[in-house]
Amino acid sequence: MVLNCKHVWDHISEYLDGTLDPEMLDQVKKHLEHCEICSAVLDSTRNILILTADDRTFSLPVGFSERLHDRLEQALRNPPD
Amino acid sequence: MLIEGNNERSMVGNGDESDVIAAILAGETQLFHELIRPYERSVYMVALSMLKDSADAEDVAQESFLKAYCGLAKFRAESKFSTWLISIAINEARSRLRKQKTSRTESLDVTSEDGAPVSPAALTDWREIPSEILERQEVRLLLQEAVTELPTIYREVFVLRDMEELSVNESAAVLGISVASVKVRLHRARIMLQKRLAPQLNKIVAPKKRRFPWF
Ligand SMILES: [Zn+2]
Repeated sequence: MVLNCKHVWDHISEYLDGTLDPEMLDQVKKHLEHCEICSAVLDSTRNILILTADDRTFSLPVGFSERLHDRLEQALRNPPD
Repeated sequence: MLIEGNNERSMVGNGDESDVIAAILAGETQLFHELIRPYERSVYMVALSMLKDSADAEDVAQESFLKAYCGLAKFRAESKFSTWLISIAINEARSRLRKQKTSRTESLDVTSEDGAPVSPAALTDWREIPSEILERQEVRLLLQEAVTELPTIYREVFVLRDMEELSVNESAAVLGISVASVKVRLHRARIMLQKRLAPQLNKIVAPKKRRFPWF
């Protein structure tokens, strides 16, 4: 079976996670060798996931930690149940 | 996929953690501050992914840590402490959502999984965008919006797996869904993000082509 681009797209997630079975992985790799579009789709997806997962993308509200530990302080005066 | 950048959270190893928990239960309650420090961000992010509002998420995060403290004796070492905390946060966020339900309608958001297939944005080349670009607020906003506007069922899975690095099995367990659903939702979330963000990011980083740059 020869993979077309849409088939490859269906497997992007597993490809990135390294969970594709060896046979499929082989076919996807072969496709990527000659397909500019799928290569770019894959590279951009990987790149975007790294950017969204970066701690700088979503930051904790200023003072979050202080407020949390202040609030905990009162509860910590009593032992947990 | 492995996403780098969150190494600090494993400062307290699993073995140490159960010792610390035992000490807290034995009366050294102040140690709870240190026990939870590595997980503040995860718990907040999980709450934010479900509630979308930073003030609500902060409140739910606080409540979750209080619940975790009060219920610490119920923690069983078979599960990871981080996963246990995240389950508490998910339950807290869900009960908050139920309370808000009267004022908000989110029925459109609960998309079924067998919806139309999602396709990525087809590009012909991609030049690697380095993480330094995150110094630019406009870029952070683009990314935040894209994640926040994913349908809830996809956003939850995406945050757990790709941002907080839970395994597929852990994500399925804390959300109460099947492993297969986690995989499908994660795939869709990733493709949706690529579809939206790849063209936007390309535009931002591409040097503006001007025919007469000297004007
Ligand atoms: Zn292709």
